[in-house]
Amino acid sequence: MRSSHVKFYQTGTFTVGNRLLNDSDRSVQSTMERTNSLNSGHRACQGCGEALGARYAIDAAMRATDNQLIAANATGCLEVFSTPYPETSWQIPWIHSLFGNAAAVATGIAVALRVKGRTGTRVVAQGGDGGTTDIGFGCLSGMFERNDDVLYICYDNEAYMNTGVQRSSATPPAARTATTQVVGPQPGNVFGQGKNVPRIAMAHEIPYVATATVADVRDLEAKVTKAMSIHGARYIHVLVPCPLGWGAAPHDTVKLARLATESGLFPVFEAEHGEVTDRSTIRRQVAVEEYLKPQRRFAHLFKPTLQSEVIARLQAQADRNIRRYNLLSGETHR
Amino acid sequence: MTKPYAITLDVGSSLANLTGSWRTQRPVYVDRLPPCNATCPAGENIQQWLFHAEEGNYEAAWRVLVADNPLAATMGRVCYHPCEKACNRGELDESVGINAVERFLGDEANRQGWQFDPVEQDTGRRILVVGSGPAGVSAAYHLRRMGHAVVICEAEDSAGGMMRYGIPQYRLPRDTLDADIRRIVDMGVELRLGERVDDVDALMRDQGFDACFLGVGSQIGKRAYIPAGDARHITDAVSVLHQMESTQRPLLGRRVVVYGGGNTAVDVARTARRLGAEESIIVYRRTREKMPAHAHEVEEALEEGVKLKWLSTIAEADGDTITVEKMALDENGFPQPTGELETMPADSVVLALGQDVDLDLLSGIDGMQIDGGAVVVDPVQMTTRPGIFAGGDMVGGEKTVTVAIGHGKKAARAIDAWLRGETYHAPPKHEQATYDRLNTWYYSDAPKTIRPVLDIIRRQSTFDEVVGSLDEANALYEARRCMSCGNCFECDTCYGVCPDNAVNKLGPGKRFSFNYDYCKGCGLCVAECPCGAIRMEHEPD
Ligand SMILES: Cc1cc2nc3c(=O)[nH]c(=O)nc-3n(C[C@H](O)[C@H](O)[C@H](O)COP(=O)(O)OP(=O)(O)OC[C@H]3O[C@@H](n4cnc5c(N)ncnc54)[C@H](O)[C@@H]3O)c2cc1C
Ligand SMILES: Cc1ncc(C[n+]2csc(CCOP(=O)(O)OP(=O)(O)O)c2C)c(N)n1
Ligand code: SF4
Ligand SMILES: [Mg+2]
Repeated sequence: MRSSHVKFYQTGTFTVGNRLLNDSDRSVQSTMERTNSLNSGHRACQGCGEALGARYAIDAAMRATDNQLIAANATGCLEVFSTPYPETSWQIPWIHSLFGNAAAVATGIAVALRVKGRTGTRVVAQGGDGGTTDIGFGCLSGMFERNDDVLYICYDNEAYMNTGVQRSSATPPAARTATTQVVGPQPGNVFGQGKNVPRIAMAHEIPYVATATVADVRDLEAKVTKAMSIHGARYIHVLVPCPLGWGAAPHDTVKLARLATESGLFPVFEAEHGEVTDRSTIRRQVAVEEYLKPQRRFAHLFKPTLQSEVIARLQAQADRNIRRYNLLSGETHR
Repeated sequence: MTKPYAITLDVGSSLANLTGSWRTQRPVYVDRLPPCNATCPAGENIQQWLFHAEEGNYEAAWRVLVADNPLAATMGRVCYHPCEKACNRGELDESVGINAVERFLGDEANRQGWQFDPVEQDTGRRILVVGSGPAGVSAAYHLRRMGHAVVICEAEDSAGGMMRYGIPQYRLPRDTLDADIRRIVDMGVELRLGERVDDVDALMRDQGFDACFLGVGSQIGKRAYIPAGDARHITDAVSVLHQMESTQRPLLGRRVVVYGGGNTAVDVARTARRLGAEESIIVYRRTREKMPAHAHEVEEALEEGVKLKWLSTIAEADGDTITVEKMALDENGFPQPTGELETMPADSVVLALGQDVDLDLLSGIDGMQIDGGAVVVDPVQMTTRPGIFAGGDMVGGEKTVTVAIGHGKKAARAIDAWLRGETYHAPPKHEQATYDRLNTWYYSDAPKTIRPVLDIIRRQSTFDEVVGSLDEANALYEARRCMSCGNCFECDTCYGVCPDNAVNKLGPGKRFSFNYDYCKGCGLCVAECPCGAIRMEHEPD
């Protein structure tokens, strides 16, 4: 995932671009020709991870489909900040219907295209974690189960950000949200609830499932490109830090995504037909504290008293991911 | 115009919404001074020449290098490379092998016959340079580049100063030195060999020189008083090394004792081994750790069979033996005699105790101030005598080839200004690109390339060069380890990580600019820039 077949020791392929690489080996985001599918002037907050992740993903999908792409969008920040009527930041055909039906709308478009014989035009659906893992989950599972020809991209910022940071089934344990306040014996979100949608998608045995973050654009682009080379239902789950909802500095968005993977809390992997085929190994392992500390939603774990036990439980989660996906050893294949 | 049902407005673009107005801080591109450049005594723009070398554009790299230092192949061998000690990469894994890449570029220039850019316009001014050591040739080169006519007067029959008559051939092959100096002569510098200058004033007056640069070095080997029944076998290091350049090699015998602890002592001891001495012993007053000689040169000498006797002084030399007195460090770390004596056989004793400046030439110059055996100069190398400048070993301070080259360059700029009736001021330095300004996540893990070393037998018996060169692939690898501290290397990271597309990519070699209409001032580009080439500033009112 991270490795490249050309060895360039200055930065390898860690940076967005690399002037030493052939044009064809460069990332979409490094090119002057990228579509900027999500254009400037959108009203996302400073340092918005979702705006960044969406441009990364959709620009890559545009390149992979030769710009023959239609997107359906669930309600959520991405939709609200990009399209206050009558303005739009989208430079692609784009439709918004409801909070919970993006997968169904996309399915409808894909079927319509098939019926019209327009096989060259492809469809993506996109939404936040709330729209995906909670309210849109029925439509999503149906789309998987029918193996509809749609790539669904979930931008996971771990809460309902657009309406003021309410807990979703993707909110991590211990995190403070508007609906999981720092009160009672177990402050913040409880342990042992929520769901892991990438694994649920795998259980549908669809052709392709992957996770990614805004900290590794080449990896994200490669996954989108691969997904667009496949027909049938595909799912990519992208971690997109939210400065406002997480209580983090806007300039830390990429760093937090990096720390999430380097700590093991957010495993980055790929699966085909229900089986894990590859994962990004950890390069500079960090303890979960390093990831938690810069975020005010976890501040109660450090002040007024250090909640070592809670932190240990989160570390155990990271350790489990490391074991489960073999994140510490061996080479990454791609 | 008919619109679809319930639609009353045309579709507009969000570009109408200038979100840059949200900003309270703004990112700006800067060039920060990388530690390698900051440390280089010759003021080389190391990061910039490595940048070109990374692309495999070795000629462009060499041209940036020689803009500051004309002796690339030589420096790639004899420079003590303080840049590598300062290199930020040293904190990540190991410093970049700057010196090895410099050598590769210098050798490549000599292989390919690259020449300096032709002088554009002659100024008609004439400058006298006394001495063809590194200080002199550097000054001559830079003055010539500015269009001045330059004459170098050199007392010896060959040019190069201590680079030829001091540094042994196994560290600096003479064809390398010759090629580096020839290129400077080919620019139109007049080199007069075998011409010792005795009266600077007269020469300047008689031959119409407008200014003068002195680079006469420190040539006289320091002597220490050693009671000796027979002083024939006592000689000094600079004489021995000087004689190595003549047809008659010095006769030192089978057992050679070298007295001193600097690089010169090590060079003489290693030379003695190569001349056939079975025993070559360095006697030094203090401990091995205290030796001013560079550790890796001491290491190489030991590998070649040179022996070290530290905490010892020579009390007496007599015929074919010497008497050594053991020393002990006192509480302040100074060596004190213990009275404990030991005799050892010695066919010759070579004193390597440093060199003094020959003051004869200088005391004859009107108005020139000398202090503590060195010529007094101002910050831009002018002596107390207006129009006469000096640099290198003769002005005191650190005595290295690189320092001498830096002096020559600075003096050339000062002379050029002085000829126009101006005073040269070095431009202000950029703020430093310290390690904490880098985001080292982005650099791949890559250990340093080790240069090949000549096998030990040939090092004990021949004057073949000990340290080898990097081949092209290795030089490229090494150059690409550079992190480009403080200077944009067009990695596109800022262009990528901006959630607002507020970074314009201007194309290869043109870097980037900010579109402040849409930059919200989140600072992601600043945080993620690998090399620290963006600064956050308060929004101007
Ligand atoms: C054995 C030895 C090894 C060294 N190794 C290294 C090394 O590895 N790396 C390093 O950086 N430094 C090394 N040094 C130090 C370095 O060589 C000197 O610091 C440097 O050469 C000084 O340069 P310079 O131009 O001031 O003087 P010099 O190199 O001494 O040149 C002065 C020149 O002026 C000429 N001259 C003197 N008087 C007159 C006159 N009246 N008229 C005309 N010409 C005159 C001399 O003949 C000589 O050619 C070494 C020194 C020695 C002795
Ligand atoms: C059926 C319905 N219920 C509630 C809402 C209000 N609503 C709009 S956006 C949103 C939260 C979206 O959260 P998420 O899907 O995680 O996206 P984010 O804003 O975090 O990117 C909610 C609750 C709605 N638009 N429709
Ligand atoms: S990494 Fe490159 S720019 Fe930075 S100090 Fe080392 S050589 Fe200089
Ligand atoms: Mg959300």
